[in-house]
Order: sequence, then structure tokens, then C-alpha cells
Amino acid sequence: MANPSLKPQRKRAFSVANLPGFTTIAIVAFVALYLPIITLAAYSFNASQSVAVWGGFSLDWYAKAWANDQVKDATVRSLIIAVSASLIATAVATMAALGTTRRRSFKGQTFIYVVINQPLMVPEIVSAVALLIFFSSIKVATGYTGLGYLIIAHAAFCIPFAYLPIRARLEGMDLSLETAAADLYATPWQTFRKVTLPILAPGVMAGAMLAFVISLDDVVITEFVKSGGQDTLPTYMLGQMRRQLTPEINAISSMLLALTVVLLTLFFLLTRKNDQ
Amino acid sequence: MSSPAEQAQIAQSVRNGWLLSTPALIVLAFASLGPLIIVIVYSFLAPGKYGNVEWAFSLSGWRGIIYTKDIFSDEYVLADAHLAIFWRSIKLSFLTTLTTFAVGFPTAWFIATRAPKARAMWLFLITIPFWTNLLIRTYAINEVIRNEGLMNTVLLKLGLITQPIVIIYTDIAVFIGMTYVYLPLMVLPLFAAIDRFDMKLLEAGYDLYASRWQVLRRVILPIVKPGIIAGSILVFVPSLGAYVTPRVLGGGKQMMIGNLIDLQFGQGRNWPLGAALSMTLLMIVTIALLIYVRYANKETGGHG
Repeated sequence: MANPSLKPQRKRAFSVANLPGFTTIAIVAFVALYLPIITLAAYSFNASQSVAVWGGFSLDWYAKAWANDQVKDATVRSLIIAVSASLIATAVATMAALGTTRRRSFKGQTFIYVVINQPLMVPEIVSAVALLIFFSSIKVATGYTGLGYLIIAHAAFCIPFAYLPIRARLEGMDLSLETAAADLYATPWQTFRKVTLPILAPGVMAGAMLAFVISLDDVVITEFVKSGGQDTLPTYMLGQMRRQLTPEINAISSMLLALTVVLLTLFFLLTRKNDQ
Repeated sequence: MSSPAEQAQIAQSVRNGWLLSTPALIVLAFASLGPLIIVIVYSFLAPGKYGNVEWAFSLSGWRGIIYTKDIFSDEYVLADAHLAIFWRSIKLSFLTTLTTFAVGFPTAWFIATRAPKARAMWLFLITIPFWTNLLIRTYAINEVIRNEGLMNTVLLKLGLITQPIVIIYTDIAVFIGMTYVYLPLMVLPLFAAIDRFDMKLLEAGYDLYASRWQVLRRVILPIVKPGIIAGSILVFVPSLGAYVTPRVLGGGKQMMIGNLIDLQFGQGRNWPLGAALSMTLLMIVTIALLIYVRYANKETGGHG
């Protein structure tokens, strides 16, 4: 299968790796992934009040969303929760990954593994309902209704997302490097600091970013756990979708989308620099 | 065999393993596993008048899944609506997993076999939708398939149809939506698995006169299987418990289990039924995972 994007002096392995039809399916998949997002962004510039009719180019909906205090509050709240939760999740997940790999398998290791991955196995709506029941009684008992509930709930379901890439990185690691360091009289801490951690860093980064995104993306658990006036951006938007749709939702979505693209680009540039 | 010093070292290593894992276990016990156990308890209690529960043992929650009290005769009759919702959830999730794999595997393969620079670009393109909020993506697909959306507008303009194709608020809309939003979850683990795949094995396969199909079936699939399992789990589990996508694209009519559970904690005000439904959903997911793991193990055994 011809592929114009490849340079003529490509390696032999690439021609071997071509499977019939795969490139076509992949290109269709990419178009299908992007077409809806682009449509959504295009309609955010619609002057018309309705989302159905195109009424010419306008930036009104961005101005409206920008001036909307509810949107501002929700954005800040989303970021606070995502940063706190992903930091907690990554810290405890890194420790757990170090604790469950590269040592003789021990009794209880499977138990730890199952507990850590448990949020992945349980449908989100079930976790949401469970947290609603548990936290609502704590709220009544203690009177505390702050963001703490959302942060700890987010941290919990982010743990497996942080844990898996870190663990994968650790498992793929060459143990002989650490043995070599130990043979050269490095202390366990020196070995960890100078050998293990630098190799582990991309895994930790990947884990932290996954956790951050998963937290920022969350609708269901937040919708059930939040107290009054604790809307995050996703739950605010879900609430708006119940009412009449206006391109304001498109404008908010597009801004979030732009933020995503900027963050991702930064991440890619940073990691590329690190690799060299 | 091993000296006391070695044994002490092993014991120390195990202790460290537990110590390092403890913080994660505490967070999960408090905000994930513990609450789940409370749901089991709640499913055996009686519903309170205004939501919540009354602390008395009752099987009404569990009975309510299959039977419902007839309003007129006060007799228990089969809750057809519930069973239809369960069937729809399983059917749509299965279709979604299958479709995302059929599309996701070639996509992941395509990305993994590009030259390094191009590969980074394609990977970047798949991570953007992955990073984009699920609600936004659901809303985006809504913009395409709704009656006055992109698809119908284009088809009408081209004169291919005279009436808009109505798929919004149907099972098809929910299926398209879930396939769309969960596709990156399938592609990324598949990519990770294919990326580790040694392409020299393909040359070996072809050198030994294997056909493309044989190479795919006998060489590639067994090696990337961990990625396939991971991808399928990552798609199937959230599909079965989907809440946002059926709510937005199903329009409250084409409910899935997730929406039925939500109903019990909102308008329905029947927490024990909601708890019992949650546990049922959890059991279906667990059974699906067990079947899958068993099947996966058998496959590996057959090759060895």
C-alpha cells in the first residue's frame, strides 16, 4: 500500500509492517475523530441564537461565556480539584508501584494489585452512587461540605491511571543497572535517586498527566458527590444541556479544547527535550 | 538453602512492599472500596419515604429489579422496562467494544509503524480526543448526527435524502456516540503493545512463507494480546456503566443501566433499588471480566 507521507529511503521493516486496508481504516478513523470536534468549534462562532441555524460569524458567545461568573468559578474549581487529586494519586501510586515490582513476589501482592485497580473494574456510576451514600452521611455527621470530598474521590479513581504507566515503566526496567550501581557502592537511596528515578520519570509524568486528565474529564462521580454550588466545568455544562442549547456551550467547549491542545503541545515539547 | 541473613532480607523486602503500598490502599479504602461495601448493605434495606433508607432488613430493592408492583391489582409483575434496559446496555457495550477494536487496531498499527517523527505527530492527534472532555466529545458527535446537524445538512444539500435521517435519541445514536468517545481508550493500549512489538518477527514470518493473514493471526495478535485485553476492558467497562452518553444522545428515552440507577437516587427516590441495581451492574461487569480473563488464558495455553 502506497503511503505518500513516508520518505523514499524508509527502512525495510516499514514495508513489511504494512497490512492491507489498515492505512485506509486509520485515516477514516482520524477524520471521524476530528470532524465532530471541528463542527463543534465552528458553531461556537455562530451569530444565531439557535444551535441549528447558521447566522454568520460572531464572537458574541465567547464574550458571554467570559463574562459568566458561574463559568469562571467552575473552571477554577475544576483546576483545583484536578491538580490536588492528580498530585495525591501520583505520589501514592509511585510508592505503590515501587512496592509491588522488582522484588520477590510476596503474599498479598495480588491483593494490593486488585485493590489498586479496583476503580477500573467498577463502573463509574456504581462508584458515584457508593460515594453519594457514604459521603452524604459524613456530611450530615461532620457538617463539613467543602471540596475535600471531591478531591479525595477524584484521587481514588485516579490512582490506577497513575499506577499502571509507572508500573509498566518499572517492569520494563533493566535490573542490572541498579545491581551495577549497588556493586559500585552506591547506597540504596543514591541508587534510587540517580538510577531508578531518572529512568522512572517518564512513567511518573505519564501517570500524573493521565490522572490530571481523568480528573478534569470527570462528570459522573462529581455530579453525585458535589454539594450545592460546587459545579465543576463538566457538571455545569451537563446542567446547561438540560436547558435550551445555545452556542455558549460550544464556546466553552472550544476554549477547553484550545486549552487541551496548548497543554498537550507543551507536554510533547517538554518530553522531546528530555529524551535528547 | 537460604541463610538467616537472606531470609531477613526477604522479610524486609516484603515489609517495604506493604509499607510503600499502604498510602494508596488507605485512599482507596476510604473513597472507593469502603463505600462499595456500604452499597451492598443499602441494597438490603427498606426505602425511606423521601429518599435515603430505613434501617430495616428488606429484599424489596433486589425484588424491584425484576418484579414491579402493578398499580391497579397490587400484584407483582415482571418489570419489562428494567429487563429491556439491561439487555440494551449489554448489547450496546458489546457492539461498542467490537467496533472500537475493529477500527482501533488498524489505527494503532498505523501509528506504531510510522517513522519516528510522523509517529509522534499521529500519536499527538489521537491523544487530543483522548484528552478532550467526554462530555464535549458527546456533545460534538451530537452536533453531527442530530436532525439539523452536519450529516443531515450535507446529505440534504447534496440531494441524497429529502427527509433528515432521524438517529438522535435512538439506540444507534447511543452506539455511535459510545464508539466515538471510547475509541481513543482502545487505540492507546493497543499502540503501547504494538510499539513494543519487534517488527523483525514479521520478516521471520514472511521468510517462512506465512501469508499476511497468518502473520496477523499467528504472530501479531498473540504478542499484542495484553494490549487487546487492556483496550477491551477500558472500553467495555465504561460502556456498560455509561451515563453521560445515553443521557445526552438517548434523550432520556433510550436509558441504559446507569441512567436507571440515577433515576432511583433522583425522582425514583428508591435508594435500595438503586443500590441493588448498582450491585447487579457490578456483577455483570465482574462476570464479563472473568469470562474474558479465562478465555484469554485458554488462548495462551493453546499456543504453548
